Amino acid sequence: MTLASFVAQLLNGLAGASALFLVAAGLTLIFGVTRVVNFAHGSLYMLGAYAAWALVQVLGHGPLGFWGSVLLAAAAVAVVGAVIEVLLLKRIYAAPHLLQLTATFGVVLIVRDATLAVWGADDLLGPRAPGFSGAVDVFGSAVPSYELLLLAIGPAVLLLLWRLLTGTRFGMLVRAATENRLLAGALGVDERRLFTTVFAIGAFLAGLAGALQLPREPANLGMDLAIIAEAFVVTVVGGLGSIPGAFLAALLIGVVKALCVSAGTVAFDGFSVDFPKLTLVAEFVVMALVLAVKPQGLLGSVAAMPPTTQVAEQRALVVPPGRNAALAGLAALALTALLPFAGDDYALVLATDVLVFALFAASLQFMMGTGGMASFGHAAYFGLGAYGAAIAVKHGAPMELALCLAPLAALAGALVFGWFCVRLSGVYLAMLTLAFAQIVWSVAFQWDAVTGGSNGLVGIWPAAWLAPRRAYFWFALAVCGAALAALAWIARSPFGYALRAGRDSPLRAEALGIDVRAIQWTAFAIAGTFAGVAGGLFAFSKGSISPETLAIPRSVDALVMVLLGGINALAGPLLGAAAFTWLADTLARATEYWRAVLGGAILVIVLAFPLGIGGALERLWRRAAR
Amino acid sequence: MNIRRLVAAAIGAAAFALPPAAGAQPIKLGELNSYKVFPAFLEPYRKGMDLALDEVNAAGGVLGRPLEIVSRDDTGNPGDAVRVAEELISREKVALLMGTFASNVGLAVSDLARQRKLPFLAAEPLTDKLVWENGNKYTFRLRASTYMQTAMLVPEAAKLGRKRWAIVYPNYEYGQAATTAFKKQMIALQPGGIEFVEQAVPLGKIDTGPVVQALIDAKPDAIFSSLFGTDLARFVREGQLRGLFKDRPVFNLLGGEPEYLDALKEEAPVGWWVTGYPWYAIDTAEHRRFRDAYQAKFSDYPRLGSVVGYSAVKAAAAAIRKAGSTDAEKLVAAMSGLAFDSPFGRITFRALDHQSTMGAYVGRTAVKDGKGVMVDWRYADGRDYLPSDDTVRRMRP
Repeated sequence: MTLASFVAQLLNGLAGASALFLVAAGLTLIFGVTRVVNFAHGSLYMLGAYAAWALVQVLGHGPLGFWGSVLLAAAAVAVVGAVIEVLLLKRIYAAPHLLQLTATFGVVLIVRDATLAVWGADDLLGPRAPGFSGAVDVFGSAVPSYELLLLAIGPAVLLLLWRLLTGTRFGMLVRAATENRLLAGALGVDERRLFTTVFAIGAFLAGLAGALQLPREPANLGMDLAIIAEAFVVTVVGGLGSIPGAFLAALLIGVVKALCVSAGTVAFDGFSVDFPKLTLVAEFVVMALVLAVKPQGLLGSVAAMPPTTQVAEQRALVVPPGRNAALAGLAALALTALLPFAGDDYALVLATDVLVFALFAASLQFMMGTGGMASFGHAAYFGLGAYGAAIAVKHGAPMELALCLAPLAALAGALVFGWFCVRLSGVYLAMLTLAFAQIVWSVAFQWDAVTGGSNGLVGIWPAAWLAPRRAYFWFALAVCGAALAALAWIARSPFGYALRAGRDSPLRAEALGIDVRAIQWTAFAIAGTFAGVAGGLFAFSKGSISPETLAIPRSVDALVMVLLGGINALAGPLLGAAAFTWLADTLARATEYWRAVLGGAILVIVLAFPLGIGGALERLWRRAAR
Repeated sequence: MNIRRLVAAAIGAAAFALPPAAGAQPIKLGELNSYKVFPAFLEPYRKGMDLALDEVNAAGGVLGRPLEIVSRDDTGNPGDAVRVAEELISREKVALLMGTFASNVGLAVSDLARQRKLPFLAAEPLTDKLVWENGNKYTFRLRASTYMQTAMLVPEAAKLGRKRWAIVYPNYEYGQAATTAFKKQMIALQPGGIEFVEQAVPLGKIDTGPVVQALIDAKPDAIFSSLFGTDLARFVREGQLRGLFKDRPVFNLLGGEPEYLDALKEEAPVGWWVTGYPWYAIDTAEHRRFRDAYQAKFSDYPRLGSVVGYSAVKAAAAAIRKAGSTDAEKLVAAMSGLAFDSPFGRITFRALDHQSTMGAYVGRTAVKDGKGVMVDWRYADGRDYLPSDDTVRRMRP
């Protein structure tokens, strides 16, 4: 690589970083103040691009038309953001930790289908930016002038935000709320208005970033998911709530990616590394490295950590399930076992899916609810289990042995990743689990010889005695029933109490002689192992597995199931998995716009039962018992 | 679906001598596809299916029974695809499975078909493995595979005699397979030291600036790309800005498909060698009839997806007709070697590997009236671009 091309690549990286920064800045601002993990931020970004495209058609391709469209699009998205905050999030700020994530996930589904309905399926190529449609010679390389413009816009927005935050009264209030929301509220800051404003500003930035993307990329329906994970990574690497941090992180990631692309295939002593292929996970590797060294990101401070939401529900004394609950569980099990005599074959397929996902969700609930460690990458252990079993089968192992290996593969992964993760807390911990999950995913995606690459492995069918659907259903019921009971028992054993102590008050727990970190690590490993059991069952129920088994959507599904069911409800995962799987399956058949309807259903559940379906039922139960 | 069936039946009753017998149970085709993941391709595909269904039913259905398509969204995820396929099999009792888009979904459903012993007509997936390494008795594939489409471009590429090729591809099965096939076939056709430089980009997330710059720095003599969709649009725009395509021949698999070329409008590249579908220029009788019917029904022009959906339904109908039954084993036997008419002419599912001989159009891109078009094109018949029978036999399990 010559110096000239190195400079050109550096500029490319910086321009990419600028675009990324705009999205991440809005995200980090929103998180800092409201603590909402806004999953819909990518959707706002996509809306910005589509809105700008539509406006340009009306206002024309001239300078005024184009730049006017960009700003108007951003403003329109800001309004959408404010509406989402007022109508939706405002109602659930008091709900358990991360429920807002489920709500914003519902919004993602709705926005995607709405965009498809309004603008259609085709990619919409926008005009080039007037005045910036050509290229500039930089040391002999042609660099598009629009990239240089982006390069300037990033820092300009950073400065403006900086000015806003440090130089105005509004900014002071935002900083106060970021540092300590409770105290700011106690001092008379009108939280409700502040939250709406901040959300609108964040949405404006996302919309602006989307609109500015138009000369580089046609408006398309994949934009939301393409950006959201990367934006989260930037936010976390920079330190949650820190805008300069987000800027630094975007620069770091943009440049690392550009250099990976330009390095090409490099031969080392005896083996070669294909660096461009690393772009698949580069940002997650950077995140894992940064968090390993700086648990609060580059510029994050301990104070900016999310306060553990001390919902009364969580603090309630946990009573071990009594004889009645045990009997009810057994009765439910017996009743479910009768399903093959009542339903058709497909009911069994669907029920097997529900059971597998219930166990997967329960393992996550154990970690999140009992352990207080949210995970955004739980699919890693599900997938390790599935791949462990599938690879064993491909090497000639019988099904029985492969199913036993599944939890072991997941356990091994959970032990290694957990060791790093339990050193962090809150969203940082959750994002580190995501980083590991993505690294595992990319290995599965690339390692053709062993994992089958992007195709995955096929031909993973159960042994003859389990081949009939009803036999496999009973088998899954037995395994999942036992595993769910075991998880419930562990959560209510002395170990479970110690784990909860560490969650609710780490200091006091330490003072009592509990080794909080060791307990959490063990819990992490337990959760991973049970997810692995679910993964093994999943592989044999489908006959094939592919990298989707450990991709982000799988982790998000599990999160949504846990939160829909109720993060602390005993039957929560089962109810959440059943509701989500059944809804998705039924709606997909009933209507073309099933994603929007599913999103709407999620919003209704979230608004009606902030404690989840299971939480609401438990409350009814208690009231009836009284 | 019911209303459509009624209308179709009514039209059939009015216009033709052989209306489906009143009250005859419809024959169900179980269709699944990733409608929400790849809508640009699959909405025209769905329209193509609808058109074919209307035609089949207007002509009296098959075996005296109307045809019905039970369509499901597989969400682009193999696990969900297997679930909805199970629903189609066990609850809808479909005669066969058809559809799917992505390679991994196609392979998963193909293996399910093998397990449940039901024919599967893979309409769109391009992966070579579907009919070769992972081929099975129950799986048939309609479109020209990655290998075949690459083979259609390679002779032109080899003629240029360029030494240093840059290859850019989406980093998953399709792109990897295209790259492997291209390198292998080029080396075979053009002896004497070819160099390849590769850029694998994440699907849908090409980092255009760095990728284009890296390709320029590699100083290639020519470029082979298998990008499509958003990635392709970004690559074209950035490459033009930075002068990557100046004095360099470019070959782009699928680049001439209206699904991807049309999005570029007047910025469509000029002079690229592509495989695709010049719907506006194909003037055979069978294609004209298809195009006219399609435009009359939908007031829209057909995309390649329309042809694929249309032909898949026609193939399924022909198979049931030939089998004289909806019995799975009889259907499989009928589909091996089945010949049927498509907008691209007569097509055969080879008995050897269940790959259809559907071809693709090969030509060069140009811009006409502010739109990307294919010029100097020819129809490459699929049967001419397959490896020898022995090679295929060795690959199949």
